[in-house]
Amino acid sequence: MSKLLTVAVLIAGVGLSACTRPDRFGAGADGAGAGQGAAGIDQSALGGANDPTSPQYFSQTIGDRVLFQVDRSTLTAQGMQTLDGQAQWLLSNNDYLAVIEGHADEQGTREYNVALGARRANAVREYLVSRGVPGARLRTVSYGKERPIAICSEESCYAQNRRAVTIISVGSLS
Amino acid sequence: MIKKLFARAGLLFAALGLALMLGTGASAQGPLVIDITSGVTEPLPFAAPVFQSETGGAEQLAADITSVLIADLTGTGLFRDIPPSSFISGVSSFSAPVAFADWRAINAQALITGAVSVNGDQLNVKFRLYDVFSGAELGEGLQFGGTTSGWRRMGHKVADAVYSRITGEGGYFDSRVVFVSENGPKDNRARRLGIMDYDGFNIQFLTDSSSIVLAPRFSPTGDRVLYTSYESGFPRINLLDVNTVGRQQITTEQGEMAFSPRFSRDGVQVIYSLANGGNIDIYRTDLASGSHSRLTTAPSIETSPSFSPDGSQIVFESDRSGTQQIYLMSASGGEPVRVSFGEGRYGSPVWSPRGDLIAFTKQNAGRFHIGVMRTDGSEERLLTASFLDEAPTWAPNGRVLMFTRETQGADGAPSLYSVDISGRNLRQVPTGGMASDASWGPLQP
Repeated sequence: MSKLLTVAVLIAGVGLSACTRPDRFGAGADGAGAGQGAAGIDQSALGGANDPTSPQYFSQTIGDRVLFQVDRSTLTAQGMQTLDGQAQWLLSNNDYLAVIEGHADEQGTREYNVALGARRANAVREYLVSRGVPGARLRTVSYGKERPIAICSEESCYAQNRRAVTIISVGSLS
Repeated sequence: MIKKLFARAGLLFAALGLALMLGTGASAQGPLVIDITSGVTEPLPFAAPVFQSETGGAEQLAADITSVLIADLTGTGLFRDIPPSSFISGVSSFSAPVAFADWRAINAQALITGAVSVNGDQLNVKFRLYDVFSGAELGEGLQFGGTTSGWRRMGHKVADAVYSRITGEGGYFDSRVVFVSENGPKDNRARRLGIMDYDGFNIQFLTDSSSIVLAPRFSPTGDRVLYTSYESGFPRINLLDVNTVGRQQITTEQGEMAFSPRFSRDGVQVIYSLANGGNIDIYRTDLASGSHSRLTTAPSIETSPSFSPDGSQIVFESDRSGTQQIYLMSASGGEPVRVSFGEGRYGSPVWSPRGDLIAFTKQNAGRFHIGVMRTDGSEERLLTASFLDEAPTWAPNGRVLMFTRETQGADGAPSLYSVDISGRNLRQVPTGGMASDASWGPLQP
């Protein structure tokens, strides 16, 4: 599934769930026919970070990422705490699937880092499965060192890049 | 494409072979030979007067082809061109007798003469190579025919022949390189596959930048390229036809990641890494039958496999010992043998096309190096050092390596460099922008 498709499915899915909640702000909630109007594009608010069922809550409040030590794929105590929260969220929001992205810092050869990122993503996946999340809802992908979020060549940046990020999506994992 | 101008006796070749065995370097007195294995420090001086134009309007092409020839030879670090301003006599025609005394007087050890003719879009280039001090021709005159649009290749062909006759090694100038062309900031880098001549000319792109591409690898005949693509959202191995730019995915397993592909010498087998959960092992796929087999079964990371030229063995890296190290195993799998034992970590091993050496990336004490070792791990030599050097690839003659060097910091950018296996002649390859992960193709037919 392409990244674009994931985004499209996510927006459609969240829009649909917003329509079923009349108390929510946004254009999708007031009156029959809203959200299906023939004349134009309706918009519905995505759940905010304060809505515990929203992907925003997942990424911002629970935390979508865990960090790793140099050349390691073992989870830290802090990482496990974050993942406990992720597991809980996934178990109470069964419509969502997740892709776990593994990343490495730039200190390493390219292919080894792809392998290392795969190992990190898998460490997260296995932990979530051990906490009861069905493995069928989780996929892993490694970007190696190709997608840094911090670009300096110092430990302060490297530490942020050695990460596994859980990306929430709606739809089938085909 | 190659036609002998004259059939000559093999005496000169015999002399060349003898000199190679004796291992003489470039010298003013001895035969015209460079033994590149001994590490030449003094480049051999040669003269290459602008090739004759034998048809009207070919003057510019003749001058340009001569320039390519000179750039190829001097670019090796083994040759030094004598500027035309020093020439005592010119060359009036390709068939005129050579005034050896005039070339000796300016200490030219080799003289290359040539002529160019054009007929429509057909281009013909011929040349002769002379050993100035013996006053004899070295090898037979040759001519190459092709199209005017391929004029740079003509210069490369002449340079390959000259290099080969004087060093006794195969040439590498008429070859192409496939690489990753990069663009944009470090945290939003676009990548696409590029292909170019070995010297950075004639760059063309084989993919767009819509998804990440990694580590292209040429087929042994240079007609196809394997690479890792994130087109599907996950790393998968694609096979691309260089001429049609058509591509197909050769690994289709759902939910698994495939990367680090390489061809076998016959171009039929592909070895690569496949991630199953957190375990990364080496697999082999037969492109003809489509059958897959698993070659390693350790719970560690096994990646960057590369076949020996005879196809019997595979060199790869594994962190089964705790850090990345280099191992050999049979091409059908089986128990690997570790061959790297120095300090630090060893990765991305590549077997030399001659079979004698393995090139690798080494990380030690915060620095990266490109190095070579014998296939049993002995005689390790580090050729480079920088903040980040990686991903060596062999020139077709197994005497030069190209690799990626990335600079440090927020503005850090990758470029391609080449270096001799002696560690000499480090040069940046001009790619007109950021470039990484080169794969050096074969000499073109």
